[in-house]
Amino acid sequence: MAETLLKVAGLQAWYGESHILHGVDFEIRRGELVTLLGRNGAGKTTTLRSIMGILCKRTGSITFEGRETIGMTSDHIARLGIAYCPEERGIFSSLNVDENLRLPPVVKPGGLSIEEIYKLFPNLLERRHSQGTKLSGGEQQMLAIGRILRTGATLLLLDEPTEGLAPVIVQRIGEIIRQLKSRGFTILLVEQNFHFAATVADRHYVMEDGRVIDTVASSDVQQSIGKLQSYLGV
Amino acid sequence: MFELLGIPPQALFGQLLLGLINGAFYAMLSLGLAVIFGMLNVINFTHGAQYMMGAFAAWLLLGIFDVPFWASLVIAPIIVGLFGIVLEKLILKRIYHLDHLYGFLLTFGLALVIEGLFQWKWGSSGAPYPNPIPGGFNLGFMFLPTYRGFVVVAALVICLATWYGIERTKLGAYLRAATENPTLVRAFGINVPRLITLTYGLGVALAALAGVLAAPIQQVSALMGVNLVLIVFAVVVIGGMGSIMGSIVTGFGLGLVEGLTKVFYPPASNTVIFVVMALVLLIKPAGLFGQTK
Repeated sequence: MAETLLKVAGLQAWYGESHILHGVDFEIRRGELVTLLGRNGAGKTTTLRSIMGILCKRTGSITFEGRETIGMTSDHIARLGIAYCPEERGIFSSLNVDENLRLPPVVKPGGLSIEEIYKLFPNLLERRHSQGTKLSGGEQQMLAIGRILRTGATLLLLDEPTEGLAPVIVQRIGEIIRQLKSRGFTILLVEQNFHFAATVADRHYVMEDGRVIDTVASSDVQQSIGKLQSYLGV
Repeated sequence: MFELLGIPPQALFGQLLLGLINGAFYAMLSLGLAVIFGMLNVINFTHGAQYMMGAFAAWLLLGIFDVPFWASLVIAPIIVGLFGIVLEKLILKRIYHLDHLYGFLLTFGLALVIEGLFQWKWGSSGAPYPNPIPGGFNLGFMFLPTYRGFVVVAALVICLATWYGIERTKLGAYLRAATENPTLVRAFGINVPRLITLTYGLGVALAALAGVLAAPIQQVSALMGVNLVLIVFAVVVIGGMGSIMGSIVTGFGLGLVEGLTKVFYPPASNTVIFVVMALVLLIKPAGLFGQTK
């Protein structure tokens, strides 16, 4: 079994006065694709943002490759090799597609080259001189994923990459995520779309009220489908 | 044509040149103000004082160390830019999370303190700075002093270089991205606080550079930036807060408008820019080149 890449223990986090995470525990091994499932407001996005160091107030422990990151600033955490693709995609309107793609600095060797990224997303190559926010939703999502592949980050945090996209695009994103896993990326995926998550992930952590309340392996999804449906309220 | 308007061509072109020179300073100063506002969200009312400091730095370098104008053009902005960096690190960075009004009040207060200190030390009568390129050209329809022509060209080069740096380079891409979404840029591994400090230093250095260029034209005095910062603020509002090209075009354009007003209706020349500002705010509140967010 591969080594543990990321370990989250007793993580608590606050947005201003409101206490969102009440002790989150989980871990990801190198090369795994793990999802965080849960209803709206369960704390999935907050967990990703806490790992990335974006929240100002967080306590507990987050170790990446054995290093404690709970007190680090987000630029420092990114340089350890964690990359974040936010739910709102965060494409910059004052940058064109190519500039968006080249924005995140390379933090480690081993990332994809620009050519490889354009090969993975041919649409982006065609539109590389367009303003970033002029792309369709699907293309913006591909750009948001594409730009973090170049940096050499080993752990990718993807926040709802399929949200609001047409089924055919969702399928394409699924293929890409599987390709990334086979290339050796470790991926933590936040999803509302359970059916999508089930097709790509090794394991699922279920979150509720700011805690991880259950773990389901993908091989057990069929047996646990009733339980999962009640967690997710679908 | 000139006979029809009843204006002698010398007067018209003379005022247009003056307008262009004033416009050159408006453009350089509003550019720095726009860059700083975009990145720091602070309306830097210390800008006029920093412009004055640039002129003073050149004057003192000449008087004490015999540093020639051309060397001061590089050294003075570096000195004043470093002063800006210290200011940002010690004071400004504490107010970014507050409303714009606090940044405005703080920088306005700092300007008063700085200008007061200079006035206390060197008085307010002003000191001359020798013209580094005396002489001029007779263009037939008017006389062009060489140094003034140089200032217009230098300002254009400085403005375009700044525009290029922001719109076409990697550092500029970081700057634009961090203006839009500093949190995400930081999460990509870029040290955004350092980028902010650097931006402020560069904006302040730009003001100081304008001050050095102004020294041979104007008297070097503690209050030389006081009125200018008000006009430049109006230029930034008209061009659109945070718009780079808008600042350059509006700066030169309004200088010319002011010059023309001096020819055709001199009493309005001091207010015309503010009239334009009021009109622009009524018709297009985001400014001529600004984007509504």
